[in-house]
Amino acid sequence: MNEQLYQELAEIVGTENISRADADRITHSYDATQEQHLPDAVVYAESTEMVSQVVKFANKHTIPLLPRGAGSGFTGGTLPIKGGIVLVLTRMDNILEIDSENLTAIVEPGVITAQLQREVERLGLFYPPDPASKEFSTMGGNVAECAGGPRCVKYGVTRDYLLGLEVVTPQGEIITTGGQTIKNVVGYDLTRLIAGSEGTLGIITKIILKLLPKPEAKKTMLVFFKSIDGAAQSVSDIVGAKIIPTTLEFMDRATINCIRGKSEIEIPRSCQAILIIEVDGDREVLDRDVERILDAIADNDIIETTIAESDEESERIWQVRRVVSPSLKQLNPDKFNEDIVVPRSKVPDMIRALEQIADTYQVPIVNFGHAGDGNIHVNAMVDLRDEGMDEKIQKVMDDIFNAAIDLGGSISGEHGIGTSKAKYLSYELNQQTIGCMKAIKSALDPQNILNPGKIFRDQEGA
Amino acid sequence: MNKNKELKDFTAVIEQCVKCGVCQAHCPTYQADKREGSVARGKIALAGALIDGQTELDEGVQRDITMCLMCGSCVAKCPSKVPTHEIVGAIRRQVTDNQGLSLIGKTVSTLLPRRKLLNVLTKSGALVSPLLLKKVPETSGLRLRIPSPMMKGRTVPKTPLTNLFDRVKEFSPGDGEKPTIGFFAGCAITYLYPEIGVSLVGILNKLGYSVYLPRTQGCCGIPALSSGNGALVEQLAERNADSFANPDLKYIITACGSCNSGIGEYYQSMKMDLEQFTSRVIDLSVFLQQEGLYERLVETEPWQQPLRVTYHDPCHLKSQGITKEPRELLKALPNVDFVEMEHADTCCGLGGTFSVHHYETSKKIGSRKLRGIEESGASLIATACPGCIMQLQDVINHQSLKVRAVHLLELLEQALGEEPVGG
Ligand SMILES: Cc1cc2nc3c(=O)[nH]c(=O)nc-3n(C[C@H](O)[C@H](O)[C@H](O)COP(=O)(O)OP(=O)(O)OC[C@H]3O[C@@H](n4cnc5c(N)ncnc54)[C@H](O)[C@@H]3O)c2cc1C
Ligand code: SF4
Ligand code: SF4
Repeated sequence: MNEQLYQELAEIVGTENISRADADRITHSYDATQEQHLPDAVVYAESTEMVSQVVKFANKHTIPLLPRGAGSGFTGGTLPIKGGIVLVLTRMDNILEIDSENLTAIVEPGVITAQLQREVERLGLFYPPDPASKEFSTMGGNVAECAGGPRCVKYGVTRDYLLGLEVVTPQGEIITTGGQTIKNVVGYDLTRLIAGSEGTLGIITKIILKLLPKPEAKKTMLVFFKSIDGAAQSVSDIVGAKIIPTTLEFMDRATINCIRGKSEIEIPRSCQAILIIEVDGDREVLDRDVERILDAIADNDIIETTIAESDEESERIWQVRRVVSPSLKQLNPDKFNEDIVVPRSKVPDMIRALEQIADTYQVPIVNFGHAGDGNIHVNAMVDLRDEGMDEKIQKVMDDIFNAAIDLGGSISGEHGIGTSKAKYLSYELNQQTIGCMKAIKSALDPQNILNPGKIFRDQEGA
Repeated sequence: MNKNKELKDFTAVIEQCVKCGVCQAHCPTYQADKREGSVARGKIALAGALIDGQTELDEGVQRDITMCLMCGSCVAKCPSKVPTHEIVGAIRRQVTDNQGLSLIGKTVSTLLPRRKLLNVLTKSGALVSPLLLKKVPETSGLRLRIPSPMMKGRTVPKTPLTNLFDRVKEFSPGDGEKPTIGFFAGCAITYLYPEIGVSLVGILNKLGYSVYLPRTQGCCGIPALSSGNGALVEQLAERNADSFANPDLKYIITACGSCNSGIGEYYQSMKMDLEQFTSRVIDLSVFLQQEGLYERLVETEPWQQPLRVTYHDPCHLKSQGITKEPRELLKALPNVDFVEMEHADTCCGLGGTFSVHHYETSKKIGSRKLRGIEESGASLIATACPGCIMQLQDVINHQSLKVRAVHLLELLEQALGEEPVGG
């Protein structure tokens, strides 16, 4: 971007909201993928109107524009791979309304997920989607990636809580989708189109959310199994018993080996799989739910079951899950982390396939995640300094994605495609489907200025 | 020889940052301005870029480096435990080494005359604001962090007429057989809040311990660290280790969270052998719990009308994991009805020299605490760091709340006064 263009943009947004100093370009060049691509300029948005003007400016001069929330994305969604302007939305962070009568909330895109949750919970309300990044990810980023989390087994993902949006289109028009009511069938469902569009179809400037009443209480259980099949069978049996727990987290043998000795709760030697089960709801029904779950899974190779009776005990159980991520580095310095999904019943098959892949390539693969919805976090731990490792890890990834798709699954449950998974898109979608998506993109963004190079690998001329 | 670590000494730990963004949830400066340059991740990226030569230490980088309270909150929650506060300290030292007092020291330089540096706290008479600064030794952190005339509307504690050294003897014998404890008072307690120091000595004596308060002790060095004055930190570390060299002092107790982290934690990271000194440093609430005081307090009859008290976590204690002990103390006190508050562990906003450069941001950070304080219904907010007391009272006064910020020791003294414990 030349001097003249920069000055023109500065006039639109105000000099206090724009920078192209080294420091700002560097600090807006990365996200949680750890890749780095420098933008030409960084703009902090103050209002929908300003966003709209910046988009129009980018269109006029065909400059790539990258919406950015907290930059916690795992697939490179905010990376300026073609340079351009990073448009940061963190300062549009007001909760505009919480309506206890209609159970809705209206927020700006920079609101932090957990902050919204705390505010609605003060009023006895509940916003369920809980990505592990909730303490720092933005609502705009959550909508753009359609974020999910452990609670989604029971409550669904971000998309399921969207009633409407205010969006600045790739050509700078301000549109509204949906509305404030649960029922709304007027025209195309643009809300769902924008959800998960990874900042390629519009910039979200306002979000209207559906809320629920806050469940009265919850109860946490920790179950150690002698076999992964025991754990998998238990997941089926629980759902078969018509109980949908809030969360159903599992950890495989490789994970258990990493965390042994790191949590307060001791893990028995013979343990090959762990489930953490949490149920919520009215206090009276909770004890009964727990009993029914324990009955349903009783015959499944269980070594030991712990039921938390207090918040502290529940904390101790969750600690077992929390020590996982930090403990992985002991295996190897470089982590390749994917979030595949398979149908719930196929989880054991997928775990076996993963063990097979680990064995074939002699690469440690650690798996844990949301058993309840078949979303597995696969972590291949390698040392990229090893000779030939770059190619090897590519093969490992290929095999993993193919295995997931063969089992009727998908290459991403939560984290999106971005740049990291763009080349795998065709593994899962046929050319016609991709073509349809590209047609939507080019209709809305004919100049391809909004987040170019994401989702579709060769977007030029798309 | 430079005994503080340099930026390049952090090359390996900087690479440990996985850019997850977790620090955003814990960094007070980020929460105030929502700019990536203010959060730990941004500063680590800049530190890496400086090492790689991707950028120079130009004005933009320096500005981001000033946006840090060096509170360590990010470090405690970072999955890779990247020591951002130390890295920021190293960059600030590099700035001062390159350019003398620069942007970072701009405000500070008006407070810190570049004359001969004394490294001893000198005995002084009455301190009267704004004469206060004239009486405080030039190496003292108060020079760097004390409100200056530039900070309009800042409430400051009433300046006491006599300081701690006027009020407490170098050696105060206890009533029992217990060992002698060294007392590292620090600047804020010595000059601004001597009554806190007097309380601590009185309480320890009452419990049977003798207390040694060496006159040669200096500032802990945190403010100097914060303003990038590495040479001064070195001098102070040496001076303080010498002052407490006597091995008969079983512990070196502090009643200031920042001092505790300065002399206990930071000195450990220096290229000096201070293990003998740092291993004896202990926070008062940890010490008193360890000595079994809380169990005895719990047994005392609760007061008819206890005071409703909430607690604020000083960053420098929180980041060392000292969060339970002060609360246990409050819960054990017969005169206190303890209530938790929202955001108890968020920063007050003072942060070394931060509030001098960025008073508005500092106030904004502090004001995040207000709703919690108000909703708790407490009439007192207790904490364990005099810096926090000053800042919290300022924030509270701006909101006209009827709440007083106090040190834990004030409440403990009150409890022991009514119902003497120990021998
Ligand atoms: C430690 C960790 C744990 C995580 N756990 C989970 C998890 O459990 N579940 C999960 O789903 N994800 C998880 N994630 C991934 C990530 O946090 C989510 O994808 C999150 O929704 C991203 O939000 P963000 O504000 O950081 O967005 P960013 O990373 O800034 O952006 C993500 C994408 O959204 C676009 N975008 C951002 N804001 C807007 C906007 N206002 N309008 C249009 N487009 C926009 C960007 O262009 C980009 O393509 C995790 C990440 C980390 C680092
Ligand atoms: S929490 Fe630690 S590892 Fe994560 S971005 Fe911040 S400094 Fe880096
Ligand atoms: S030390 Fe404190 S202010 Fe500095 S980056 Fe870490 S959390 Fe932020």
